[in-house]
Amino acid sequence: MSKTYYDPADLKKFGSISEWDEELGSKFFEYYNSVFEEGALTAREKSLIALAVSHVVQCPYCIDAYTKDGLERGIEKEEMMEAVHVGAAIKGGATLVHGVQMMNKYNKLSM
Amino acid sequence: MPTKSLQARKNLLSDPQEQLKYLSNGIFGNGKLPLFKEKIATGGSYPLKPKKLEILQLNLGYMCNQVCSHCHVDAGPDRKEIMTRETMQLCLEVIRKSGAHTLDLTGGAPEMNPNFRWFVEEASKAGIQDFIVRSNLTIIVANKKYYDLPEFFKKHHVHVVSSLPFYKKEKTDRQRGSGVFDKSIQALKLLNAAGYGREGSGLKLDLVYNPAGAFLPANQQALERDFKKALKADFDIDFDELFCITNLPISRFLEYLIASENYEDYMTALVDAFNPAAVQSVMCTNTLSVSWDGWLYDCDFNQMLGLKVASKVQHLRDFEPELLKDRNVCISQHCYGCTAGAGSSCQGSVT
Repeated sequence: MSKTYYDPADLKKFGSISEWDEELGSKFFEYYNSVFEEGALTAREKSLIALAVSHVVQCPYCIDAYTKDGLERGIEKEEMMEAVHVGAAIKGGATLVHGVQMMNKYNKLSM
Repeated sequence: MPTKSLQARKNLLSDPQEQLKYLSNGIFGNGKLPLFKEKIATGGSYPLKPKKLEILQLNLGYMCNQVCSHCHVDAGPDRKEIMTRETMQLCLEVIRKSGAHTLDLTGGAPEMNPNFRWFVEEASKAGIQDFIVRSNLTIIVANKKYYDLPEFFKKHHVHVVSSLPFYKKEKTDRQRGSGVFDKSIQALKLLNAAGYGREGSGLKLDLVYNPAGAFLPANQQALERDFKKALKADFDIDFDELFCITNLPISRFLEYLIASENYEDYMTALVDAFNPAAVQSVMCTNTLSVSWDGWLYDCDFNQMLGLKVASKVQHLRDFEPELLKDRNVCISQHCYGCTAGAGSSCQGSVT
């Protein structure tokens, strides 16, 4: 067993999850591929969304994959960094908006 | 970013044999990745055979005013290999004999050949349907003796194919040298002013995109859309088509892959993206590449690897279309570059 939780080489083995559950694995990958096809959003826009979400969910595999995907699509580093900030802003905002809950609770319990 | 060719730096990789050794050892030698011949054999395409000859690509010399970091020719100002007028005479005979509908002049910077204009004038009389000159753009503004090239191209109805790796300065300059982007834009404006790329002019201007790093090109149509939008909005530049070309692990791009420790991952990406449909249309099946000294190759990449056609006919002076048709195309692991994804050729994607 590897002594680290993440190994870059494991990304290539992603497809192997189907070996233990062919039906669900296949359904997932079919869905995944459909999601990234050009639609109302371009594949380029979807790639940037994926990059931002990759950071928010802090998935190192996804960050590697969608940085490379962005390079291939001609997405520039300024666009990539702005996308990461969008993710960070939402994540930071999601933390801070709970401050209202804290304030509500504080006020309710205080005389 | 290199300032001299591998040859001038006396780098080991300037020897094609060293490159071929590299491409056959390591991950291919230990069986981690399949050899190209094994891969195409599974689809019944080995040995790879040529079809009808359609494109004759002539390399007029390895001299160039640029030293691009990805150059598979290892071209540069220090390269002195230049096609002579005698060899050009042989080319003219072969153009007439070959039946090819496309003539494609490349280099180096083909315009730097002292007999370039004479040759274009003579070749344009041969009745070729599509007469391509691959121009690196900056040569047009490099010296005032080249300023009239757009008008010269126009006069001979030349189809101009130019490299522009990106529509922004930073990536272009990192790959092709400082200042190259601005000069390329200046040259594109001159070509547009002559009518090139403008609707209804009949003067074709195509651009070539190749990735500025160790990754593969994405969808050609999507990139063309982005290039057109950006070049029009930022510089009022028009062009016809964008050709996406995958960087092949040869010469200076191979040097870059090794030095940046991207070689194994890049080759794995090429093998993973292998597309059997692309094998049917790879350019070596309809092209012949001629070197500055008149030798024949299946493609420009094989030329740089010193892999002459596997035929009794190996030189222009013995050119015989029927004999050449019987050959097997010479292959090695660099060929994975032309079969990855949508496939890649000097004419862009092949599927």
